[in-house]
Amino acid sequence: MKNRGYFNQFGGAFIPEILVPTFDQLEAAYLEAKSDPAFWQEYVNLMSTYSCRATPITYAENLTQHLGGAQIYIKREDLNHTGAHKANNVMGQGLLTKRMGKRRVIAETGAGQHGVATATMAAKFGFDCTIYMGAVDVARQRPNVFWMEQMGATVVPVEDGSATLKDAINEAFRDWVTNMDDTHYALGTACGPYPFPEMVAWFQSIIGIEAREQMLSQQGRLPDRVYACVGGGSNAMGLFSGFLDDKEVELVGVEAGGRGKGMGEHAARLAYDDATVGVAQGYKTYFLQNPNGQMMDTHSVSAGLDYVGVSPILANYHDTGQVRFEAATDDEVVAAMQLTVQKEGLIPALESSHAFAQAFKEAPNMGKDEIILINQSGRADKDIFTVADAIDDPKWREFIITKADQYRARAATEGGVK
Amino acid sequence: MLEQYIQDRLQHKELLLMTHIVLGYPSYDKSMYLVESMVEAGVDLMELQIPFSEPMADGPVILKANAEALKAGATLEKSLEMAEKITANFDIPFLFMTYYNILFKHGVSDFVSKMHDIGIKGAIIPDLPPEEASEYLQAMQQHKLDPVHIFTPNSSLERKQELNKHTSGFMYTVARKGVTGKDTQFGDELGDYLVECRQATDLPLALGFGVKSKADFDFIRGKADVAIIGSEAIRVMEDQGVEAVGPFIHSIIN
Repeated sequence: MKNRGYFNQFGGAFIPEILVPTFDQLEAAYLEAKSDPAFWQEYVNLMSTYSCRATPITYAENLTQHLGGAQIYIKREDLNHTGAHKANNVMGQGLLTKRMGKRRVIAETGAGQHGVATATMAAKFGFDCTIYMGAVDVARQRPNVFWMEQMGATVVPVEDGSATLKDAINEAFRDWVTNMDDTHYALGTACGPYPFPEMVAWFQSIIGIEAREQMLSQQGRLPDRVYACVGGGSNAMGLFSGFLDDKEVELVGVEAGGRGKGMGEHAARLAYDDATVGVAQGYKTYFLQNPNGQMMDTHSVSAGLDYVGVSPILANYHDTGQVRFEAATDDEVVAAMQLTVQKEGLIPALESSHAFAQAFKEAPNMGKDEIILINQSGRADKDIFTVADAIDDPKWREFIITKADQYRARAATEGGVK
Repeated sequence: MLEQYIQDRLQHKELLLMTHIVLGYPSYDKSMYLVESMVEAGVDLMELQIPFSEPMADGPVILKANAEALKAGATLEKSLEMAEKITANFDIPFLFMTYYNILFKHGVSDFVSKMHDIGIKGAIIPDLPPEEASEYLQAMQQHKLDPVHIFTPNSSLERKQELNKHTSGFMYTVARKGVTGKDTQFGDELGDYLVECRQATDLPLALGFGVKSKADFDFIRGKADVAIIGSEAIRVMEDQGVEAVGPFIHSIIN
């Protein structure tokens, strides 16, 4: 590779030797695409015809009045096809996969959004597709698994380690070191070895480019603060990249505070003090690890943020102070989501609801002339089981019991499932 | 240094054997027993793997061994203690195999210095390409330890030559794509690949990934200098108990 992808001390490419030529090829394809204006135009055309770009910005009038402070605007990445910003990265990598002449794509997925997006891209471009997903996540995100399989993808539940996102990434790499000749690994976030962090951030920058233009043309000014949730960091990088040169815009990344501070209780690598710098999964960043360098279990109500590492680009912005990092707890997140549903009729994903929760904490203390912009990175239809559990909705419980009884009765007559 | 040791041994036999264990799997006591039975059975070198929670380059057998060792309480401190006991008790060279974060979190230079102090002769770090390894390579050189790198079927001649510049002791050549412990086709293609590897380095060649039987061992003779058995010994131990490992190694060599 020409470059190593460092952002001060973070990043790099700590890859097994077998993948060196594969990364050379990927870097070359990425750099060539990046310097080719026709590629970006092709990408924007694809996203405006296959997905719903440009996604709008919605003024949340009721939330603004309710909280009584800053004016709240929402960037609607939930309106992408497949319901999240993940489509931006995936379709971009799909175009690169075609350019590299590969016929198969693999991906890891946490919540399942990236898996669904990748399966969708594979169906559209005619690629074979295998998705690695932690067994814990397969269990809690069945609706996404259902759609991936409907689209023809093979979903492999990963039982190793903590059976969540990091283990799915390891397993995808194990596939890749075997099948690199015809396979592209469409990594889902701005993490992993170079060129993934900056390549994914580049595809996601479409969010920030649009958002900046929309704020200027519709409100005549930039927001004072922008909020994005941070798992791996791709939606945050996407939104932030539109405002990096605007000193007057404060960038706020919101991580999963889970059950609060203390190792194992959360997935906040930058907002809390539990993470230290390390090297795993091919890159150097802050990881939630013990003093020996073993990765620790993480917790979040949202599968998509439940990850031990974080984008090396954001780790650098943390150290330079260019982005402020906060954490929202599971309870705050569920409450923020409910409030948004009730006041605006919008259904932010649990991941995205972290950004809402932090914005709601800060908005009342800001002036009425101030503006904040929240990235609604995805929608929560997929989270219906988790959300219904979290708010313990009795009618939902009754529905599931009834449905289960119907399935059991049918299984009994068919002599199938016991 | 390892190269001289290997050349000396090759005067007496055509093919050496390197085996591998995961320290602390299934326990540190059993690790000691495994080393003892492997050395008695006649292995020439051994890799001691320090467990890591994210062993990206390893297949299911060694992946599970890493996870179980950590679950059973393996730590870096205990692994270093055990390695020190091993090198004190057995008269063959031992290398560390582990992932870069283990060195990085401890402090790379200090880790290498400790390796030297406890009698470890070299190291294989599969997620540390030379481009990221300046501190490690410098410390290894300072302590006269051998950094071993990996040739793969995907490595160009240019890449092999670059790796060769940063390697001493021997070159680890993987027999195929993929992770440790899966099947390998021992045939003409592999023979051709080893000829290419030979052209890129003067160092002894060690061949690993998928070596599991006497037939494989016999195939490698005359093509490489060292055969490496990793996952298969762990599999034998899991299926037949620790007592079966010595006889398994013996049956391969003889």
